[in-house]
Amino acid sequence: MTDILNAIVLLLNFVFLPGLSYGSQLALGALAVTLVYAILRFANFAQGDTMALSTVMTILLTWLLQHFGITLGFMPTALLALPLAIIGCLIYIMLVDTFVYRYYRRQKSKPITIVMASVGVMFVTGGIVRFVLGPDHHIFADGERFIITAREFKAMTGLAEGLAIKTSQFLTITIAILLVGFVFYFLQRTKTGKAMRAYADNEDLALLSGIEPHNIVRVTWILVAILTTIAGVLYGLDKGFMATSYHQLLLPTFAAVIVGGIGSPPGAIIGGFVISFSELILTYAYKKFFIYLLPEILQPDSLLQFLGTEYKFAVSFVILVIVLLLRPTGIFKGKVI
Amino acid sequence: MSRYTIRVGVTFGTMLLLLLTVGFGQSWSVCLSILNLCLISAIMAMGVNIQWGYAGLFNVGIMGFTALGGLSVVLISKDSVQEAVNAGGMKMLMALIIFSLSIVLSHYFYKRFKSKWMVSATLLAGYIITRYFYLDAAQSIEAINPAFSGYLGGLGLPVLLSWITGGLFAAAAAWLIGKISLGLRTDYLAIATLGISEIIIAIIKNEDWLSRGVKNITAIPRPVPYEIDLQQVDWFKEMVATVYAGRLDLLPVSEQASALTAYASDASIVLVKLCYSGLFIAVLLLIIFLASLALDSPWGRMIRAIRDNEIAASAMGKNVTKRHLQIFVIGSAIAGVSGAMLVTYNGQFTPGSYIPLRYTFLIWVMVIVGGSGNNLGSVVGGFLIWFLWIEAEPFGFWLADVSTSFLDKENSIRQHLLNNAQYIRLIFMGAVLLVVMRFSPDGILPETNKKL
Repeated sequence: MTDILNAIVLLLNFVFLPGLSYGSQLALGALAVTLVYAILRFANFAQGDTMALSTVMTILLTWLLQHFGITLGFMPTALLALPLAIIGCLIYIMLVDTFVYRYYRRQKSKPITIVMASVGVMFVTGGIVRFVLGPDHHIFADGERFIITAREFKAMTGLAEGLAIKTSQFLTITIAILLVGFVFYFLQRTKTGKAMRAYADNEDLALLSGIEPHNIVRVTWILVAILTTIAGVLYGLDKGFMATSYHQLLLPTFAAVIVGGIGSPPGAIIGGFVISFSELILTYAYKKFFIYLLPEILQPDSLLQFLGTEYKFAVSFVILVIVLLLRPTGIFKGKVI
Repeated sequence: MSRYTIRVGVTFGTMLLLLLTVGFGQSWSVCLSILNLCLISAIMAMGVNIQWGYAGLFNVGIMGFTALGGLSVVLISKDSVQEAVNAGGMKMLMALIIFSLSIVLSHYFYKRFKSKWMVSATLLAGYIITRYFYLDAAQSIEAINPAFSGYLGGLGLPVLLSWITGGLFAAAAAWLIGKISLGLRTDYLAIATLGISEIIIAIIKNEDWLSRGVKNITAIPRPVPYEIDLQQVDWFKEMVATVYAGRLDLLPVSEQASALTAYASDASIVLVKLCYSGLFIAVLLLIIFLASLALDSPWGRMIRAIRDNEIAASAMGKNVTKRHLQIFVIGSAIAGVSGAMLVTYNGQFTPGSYIPLRYTFLIWVMVIVGGSGNNLGSVVGGFLIWFLWIEAEPFGFWLADVSTSFLDKENSIRQHLLNNAQYIRLIFMGAVLLVVMRFSPDGILPETNKKL
């Protein structure tokens, strides 16, 4: 009996909880991408690096706050810096929109041209990020690292395996739920939200009904700035900041968007969790799990891993391929907000 | 003379002038190095230009295709490591056979029974068995002399053959990607190419048994003679003696012999690079020739018709998806060939050096700046951007240096900026792309036959 409990706790600790928090981070990023897809109608390749840039702003502000001795006690100081970073990210995004995207929108360029412009933005943004903080790994989470440590859990339950809940995991999940709730309330209930959905559904009809496209675009970028910054900071608190790893979030994010259905916010959330759980389930080594469950004769001596962790983004790619082959519209039929 | 001809003349004249400046100002060896890399870049840019300029396909994974070309050089030209083949070759072959068998079988099941469950079960079982053999094989191959080899080696064939196989490798990968993602939304192809290129790079970085991973493979056989060998040959010595006769006569007799050796070593380096230039120019001209033939043919008109109005073209009975697939495969194959050429020229395969900035993004800037849809434009773009790329790094340092010169030498901000100055060229190149796309979308040499 304890063996079964141990095995379950093992999976909870190494697959379920990390999957839940990584999935929430992906879902927030995917929500931003899907909003841009629905309203501005292009795949935003700059998403990963914009996330990195807003995280850089947060890190710099956090260092500044720490320098003056301001902290949040057991919570990470980065939370205090977050609102300012959102404003900074919004200013950057609006500048980019004014100087890059607006022109193509007015020209009614093909989506692929705008995608290419976003690739240009991606490299400029990535360049700024690396210029400011370099390619190194930075850890900026302070305060208590754990809400429950593995040792406390073991003492409480008497099991051999511990279930550790990191502060960053707890924060990620709570903030993600609140934020997603807010975004959905905004899109479903408020007048601006409804206007956005109408604009996404049919641009010409929306214009005819007197919806102002500038406002729609502006509000979209505001939502994107909020989602991007929070997703980036939560990811950074969880795994530390490194420019390349943010850049590489692009593929899982796109995969999440396409799996859920392009332009569909609920789809982006579901897609984020599909990707994160598949990644963790396929790259986890099940050796210890089976040692608990199987009798001694049957116990495995190899790692029992489907895929090495160095190929974890291959998982998002394979899922992407499967979706494109079997159901190109995604889980929720895409292209409606 | 039309304005276009003048434009071509002026741009190519400027290119020549720049090269000559480097040649006379710095050295001919540097000049030829730049020229050779420009030629390779031009071929890479041409592959992308065929995809983007003639069909509007956005490939964000050029890096992956060039890396496949590079891998083919290793697999074709290096000698095989006999011990490693004996230790794990059979097992690796077994893994490969089982893997392909499971794919063929699942395809058959899909055609025959239309059951998704059977297909997934076959693939899963195939994957697990493959992985069992593969892990064992990889371990035994990598265990053999890891400091020097630890990989299977190649076939030991002439290196020029690998340029063709490099193209074939890239074409195969492109076919797979195109088959999956073409015919759907246009941006799916971009996302899929991004994914495949990251996976290809991950494979060549991590599969030590195949490519030695980040331990690099050096001493790749050359298609041209080695400098050392040249310096020993009589006709070469005589040639150097005649060319430098004037300068040698000015020296005292006692110093003439040593001066001759010095001249010979310089000349051998230049001659080897010239040989490479000859090979690269031949490939470039061949590709330009074939591409312009294809694009002036009825097939080329069809491709442009599809690009300009897909709906009209498909209403006229043209199979848009199939043509896109063709174009995508051809363009990627050219990128693969250029990747193989680059590795041959460098004489080493370094998986760690494949970064998107250098192999995807830079090529895009070349295509856009040169003029998308114009083959000569790709050549010009390849040349100019490579030149800028080389010069942008010192410029970044200069900028960081000057902008912080009011600070103390040991100031941490100044140190930090100087350390990260290399990333300025990321920003700089991105800005070049955005500005050219916005203000001069036709590039330096615009497309000539835009109107049908």
